[in-house]
Formats: sequence, C-alpha cells, structure tokens
Amino acid sequence: MSGPILSIHDLKVEFGTRQGVVKAVDGVSLNVYRGEVLGLVGESGSGKSVTGLSILGLIDPPGRIASGSIKLEGQELIGLPEHELRRLRGERMAMIFQDPMTTLNPVLRIDTQMIETIRAHEKVSEKAARSRAEEALKRVGIPSPAERLLTYPHQLSGGMRQRVAIAIALLMSPALLVADEPTTALDVTIQSQIIAEVQQLCAETGTALIWITHDLAVVAGLADRIAVMYAGRIVEEGDVDPVLDHPRHPYTYGLLGSAPSNNRRGEKLAQIPGMTPSLANLPPGCAFAPRCAFAQEDCRVVPPALTHAGSRAWRCFHPVPDRETV
Amino acid sequence: MMPALIEIENVSKRFVKRVDLAGKIANVLGANNREQIVRAVDDVSLTIRQGEVLGLVGESGCGKSTLGRMVAGIMQPSAGRILYEGRAREDGNASAQVADALAVQMIFQDPMASLNPRMRIEDIIGEAPVVHGIVDTAGKRDYVAGMMRKVGLDPSVMGRFPHQFSGGQRARIGIARALAVQPKVLVCDEAVAALDVSIQAQVLNLFMDLRAEMNLTYLFVSHDLSVIRHIADRVAVMYLGRIVETAATDALFDAPAHPYTRALLDEVPRIDMRKKRFASLKGEVPSPLHPPSGCHFHPRCPRAEAICKSTRPPLVGVGPAHEAACLFPQTGGALPEPISQ
Repeated sequence: MSGPILSIHDLKVEFGTRQGVVKAVDGVSLNVYRGEVLGLVGESGSGKSVTGLSILGLIDPPGRIASGSIKLEGQELIGLPEHELRRLRGERMAMIFQDPMTTLNPVLRIDTQMIETIRAHEKVSEKAARSRAEEALKRVGIPSPAERLLTYPHQLSGGMRQRVAIAIALLMSPALLVADEPTTALDVTIQSQIIAEVQQLCAETGTALIWITHDLAVVAGLADRIAVMYAGRIVEEGDVDPVLDHPRHPYTYGLLGSAPSNNRRGEKLAQIPGMTPSLANLPPGCAFAPRCAFAQEDCRVVPPALTHAGSRAWRCFHPVPDRETV
Repeated sequence: MMPALIEIENVSKRFVKRVDLAGKIANVLGANNREQIVRAVDDVSLTIRQGEVLGLVGESGCGKSTLGRMVAGIMQPSAGRILYEGRAREDGNASAQVADALAVQMIFQDPMASLNPRMRIEDIIGEAPVVHGIVDTAGKRDYVAGMMRKVGLDPSVMGRFPHQFSGGQRARIGIARALAVQPKVLVCDEAVAALDVSIQAQVLNLFMDLRAEMNLTYLFVSHDLSVIRHIADRVAVMYLGRIVETAATDALFDAPAHPYTRALLDEVPRIDMRKKRFASLKGEVPSPLHPPSGCHFHPRCPRAEAICKSTRPPLVGVGPAHEAACLFPQTGGALPEPISQ
C-alpha cells in the first residue's frame, strides 16, 4: 500500500477560556489511506469535530493548534501560510458540515457558488465551469440539474441542499473529504440516499473519507475503519468488524451496550453512568475512569498509553477481555 | 386488553396561509394568489390504551409532532375530536377541563427551548403544582425535592438556572416539570433525540422506571426506529399526515405490511449491518402543500399500480391487531426481504 493520504501525528488543539486552557484534542494520531472510509465516533465534546476542523486549518482563536503534525499527501499543513491553505482547501481536501444552510451562501444562486469554486482553482471559461457544475449535480443524484443551478439554497429541501454541498466539495476531486455529521439533520430515507451517493463517489474517485458522527450504526454500515474518541483522545481504533464485535475499551463497550438495538426490547438499557466530562477539569488519569466499571487504582494516576495489537489499538490499562461480545 | 384512555377520532389539522393585503391587491390587478392549505394531520383515528406505550414514527413533516401536540391539548384539531376517558375535553365543566388538561403532559425535544432560562429549577418544577393546588406554598420545596429525586436529580441544586445543567440533566428537569402535576399520560416529542447515546440510554431507562412506578401511559413521538422498537408496545407509522400502519411492535418490525414501513425499516442503519448498500427508496417526502393524489406514497412505492393514484387506501386489518393503509399490503411474509436489489 502506498503512503497515507492523511497522516496526523500527536495533534494537540487548545482553547483559551476563562476557566483556563481547555485541551479539546489531546494527542490524536491517525492515518487515512486512499479510498478508505474512516468513521470518527464520539459524543459531544469528545473533540471529533475539532479534529476535523484542524485538518482543514479552520481553527479560529481562541483555539489554536498547540503541537503535532498534519500531513496531506506528504505535505505538512501546520504552519502553512493562509493562501497556500486556501489553495489546498477545495482542491485537495474538502469538508461538509451538518447544516448545509451555514455553508451555502443564502443570497447567491447555486450556479454562482459552484462556478466561483471551480474558477478559484482553475483557469476555465464560465461556460466550461457551468457544464462541470451541472455534471457534478447530476453525479450526486439531483434531478434536472440545469434547473437546480438557477435556484437559491432556500428553495431546496434539506436533503437537496446537502447534496449541493457535497457536489461542491467534490468538484475538484479532492484527495480527502471530511464529513462532519452530514446526515444527522436528515430523515432516514434521505440519509441513506446521501450515504449511498458519497459511498459510490468516493469509491469511484479514490477520495479518502473521514466521516465524523455520534451514530455507531451509520459507521457500521459505511466505514472500513473506526476511531472512537473520548475527551479529546482516541480511546480505540481498528477495523470496523473487530471493534464493533469485540470492543476492548470499556467506553466503546458501554456505547455499544447502550444502543437500543443491542438490547432486548423493553428491558433496561445497559447505561454508562455519569455524564460526559467537562474538558476544563479532566481527572489526572484516564478521563473515562470515573464512569468505568473496570477502573482500578492505577487508572486514576496517569492516562494509559495506546496498546497496539495487529491493526487495532486501545488506550486502557484493564481492557474488556478479548472475544467478549456485547 | 386494557381500556382506551385516549381516543383520537377522525382528527385533522389544517394550517391555512391566507392571502395578505398585498396579495389581494395583486389579485385585483389580475394575479392569482390563493389560500395555501397544509393538511398536517389528515383524518387520523388512533386509540391509546391505559398503561401502554404507543410509538408514533415518521419522517419530518409527516405530522407526528402536530398530532402529539393535539393529544397534549396545545393545539386544537381543525376537525374531529380527541376523547380522554371517553369524553371530549370541551364537554366537561370547568374543573373537569382543567383536570383533563393536567392529566396529559408534554415533554419536548429541546429542554433549553422549553425551560424558562430566567427561572430557577425550584420554580420551573414547582410553579404549576402550586397554581393548581396540588401542594401549598409551604410544602413546595419538599414537593420539588421529591420530584427531583424521582428523576435522578440532586435536590440541592434546585436554586440553579437551566443553563447550569448538562443536556441530560435538562431533559430530567423537563420530565420532572411534567410529572409535577401528576399526569396520567406523557406525550414525549423526540424527547431523547438531542441527547448523546450514553445519556439517551439513561433517560430511556428513566422513562421505563417511571412507567412502572407511576402507571403512566405514553405517546412516544420519534423518528428513531431503534428507540421506538425498544420502548413501545404498539407502533403507528405516519406518512404525510396519515397513519399508514399500526401494529404491536414485534409484528410491525418482523412483518411490516405497508411498503413505506418496509422501506423505512430497510433504510435504518444498524450496528450489525456492515458495509451495507444504502438507499433503496427513491425520491423525497413530497411537500404537504401539494400531496400526491390517492395514496400519498404511490410516487415512491415499488408496488404501486394505476389504482393507487386515484384511491385513498383505508386502514384495514391485515393481521391480528395489525392495520395497514395499502391496497396491496405485504401479508403473511415473515422477515422483510430487502426491497433493494
């Protein structure tokens, strides 16, 4: 296999707040390869979105990338001047967000926005750009694309808007697409249409995909690999099947156990006690220890390092016994 | 079988956008502005039995929240009536009307939007029971403390404001407020949708504990089929303002009769489905402003025939306590074979 499209090493992102410095991302390392789908899973505040934004260089003050390295196709992104980043964004990497209404400009027609994107990166005539935009809309499954080009975002349904956002993201066939909860606000039937289209497009073009979500079920059906985040750290990573069938980290185990579909109907759900921790005052040891059924004294002293085993890894001193099924 | 507690009889809700003055003037000059009518709920009949959890599922815009709000008495139906313990709300005398209104309480999706940010928790939970004479002012603190313990909150924080709590705690405050007037029925509108997975499990467990403890009846409105499957005894599926299928939970999930229910079940991502091929159902939910003729689902339906375009299918029995509004229901089938290729 050739080198990874995206390689993140020991990324740390901090936010200065009134309560002091908050480590939103604390030592994340990731590799994503060509044509691969990585599911980045976590609850709110786990740092999954901040990780995604860091890749695109979209962390604004009071946030800052404190240390680490992010390499896209071998090129270091951290410290790159803004105009270089601008060129890479949209061309080699792109991002789609949960709410397309916040990414699409409400006062510009779809065609203006799409043609602008193409011509920002390539010297082509407006006519050529228009036909490429039309082609892109067709590829994401928008019926009568020529007419849709002439509409404003508010005239489209939520699902259509998200398709337009995806079409714009994929206009320049980027090497990497970061999708941050893109289907969370959509209905089930529309969600599965969108996933199907992204799945197919990425397979065709070899675009690597990072799908950020809180929904393990979506990742199960879509991803090749999965990384589970908790309180700014990746606590478990590996291929989808082993991680979801035999999770080793107690948090992954707990998440899977609390999913209604993994419980007998009407019986009490196996819940994780407590609540997601505030990043401003994390415990000194493992951040999950206060909620963990497996925690022992050593968990409360220093955070555990990653334990590697084959293609998977977990960050736990007392992992769930191997071959334990949820 | 338990007796019916709430009977929804041929209820419709129409929202009308009238022609405004500018539109009327334009009409004089030859424009053609008409009233726009959305039939959010279209001739729905449904029974909620004493002590059961009825799950109401559907995609956005199908009218499930509107139906839930009418059951809770927040909205009045445009047509039809909703009976509580056999009588319509407007039939009783004033005190009976208040009692009926208190008996059905609602829990909303976003607690931050439904809790007054300038009120302390003590007042949010305690105001209604004091007003309605369930408890006197002197006993309010103890009463509120009891309610908070019941939903798993520490009573020592009752002096705080909503913004000082986490999402899961706010959900619990919303539940405590609803329970404070001693209701018999809770209408939960997407009550766990905004919560993280691990917190969602806690709140669902709380709902089930409260049901056993207080003999509550639930109308549980949600778009999340896995939640509905877990908590509901019976399920009603809505599409564009109409009920398309009702059945006991197991029957509905094991042998759905309506093509829409089938498609919906087929689309839901599941943890045990790996590398699946998504998308079997084409198209989007049509605008409720211009619903399709006949069966609303026919433009997206893989089984539709010519007659579906002109005939509105009635809800008919397709099995024991299992009804579907489809002219060509799938019956006798065990597990649904995927509609996708």
